Amino acid sequence: MNLPRLEIRGLPVYKIINIGGLYGRLRALRTKSPALHHWWWQRITAVVLVPLSLWFAASLITMVGAGHAAAAAWVGSPGVALLLVVFILALCYHAYLGVEAVMDDYVHIDWVKAKGLLAVQVVLGLLAVIGVLAVLWVLVGLA
Amino acid sequence: MAARNTPLSPHLQIYRMPVAALLSITHRTTGVFLTLGTVVLVYWLVAVALGPEAYAGLQETLGSWVGIIALFLWSFALFFHLCNGIRHLFWDAGYGFEMKTVDASGLAALVATAILTAITWLLAFMYSGAQA
Repeated sequence: MNLPRLEIRGLPVYKIINIGGLYGRLRALRTKSPALHHWWWQRITAVVLVPLSLWFAASLITMVGAGHAAAAAWVGSPGVALLLVVFILALCYHAYLGVEAVMDDYVHIDWVKAKGLLAVQVVLGLLAVIGVLAVLWVLVGLA
Repeated sequence: MAARNTPLSPHLQIYRMPVAALLSITHRTTGVFLTLGTVVLVYWLVAVALGPEAYAGLQETLGSWVGIIALFLWSFALFFHLCNGIRHLFWDAGYGFEMKTVDASGLAALVATAILTAITWLLAFMYSGAQA
């Protein structure tokens, strides 16, 4: 059977896939290609988000009927604040990389894609900054 | 008339999408939907920073029927994207490509999503009752 010979950086794709340590091979490649760099960061943020999003959801549940004081006490404790900052940054970057991948596949007009990606970048970047500032605001006791 | 030998794309109205394809597109849909949810998440943090009045206002909005339905959909989307994302991480590491495994892990992701969503809302209603 003749398979088309797809290559990434001189390595045939079937070789990369057949070798068990895909992550290790990609780690070696990741600095050389922006696409792999994105691919890699999407996975890193995904792994970080698995425990953090479960933790965040579980914490929110315990605050369902409680008021502002309980929420402020939670956000304002140093350990929680640190985790929240990591959570917000990983979330916004993961969301950006995901939307970028979706737009790459479905938006075929170049200028729309370029402007759209810029807009998503600006919005998610602002959300990250605002989220982190809000956490720090509560942490230093201004809320 | 001789049978035409040209390839046909699947007829959308009778084509039964494989479970794997359905889960794949759902992964992307929930991802985009969750991205919209980051706005509410960040506003929750901002409301905590702004003080009791803003926080109470947000609680009222999220506690309305529309708010609860949105939160329910976001919790479902989160758990689905999380469970299915774990499948993707296994694939990336080179495991689970056999068709049988793909179907089984897909079903497992769906069951886990249902259980996590159910537990979340059971606990949420318990907590809202206890602290109301």
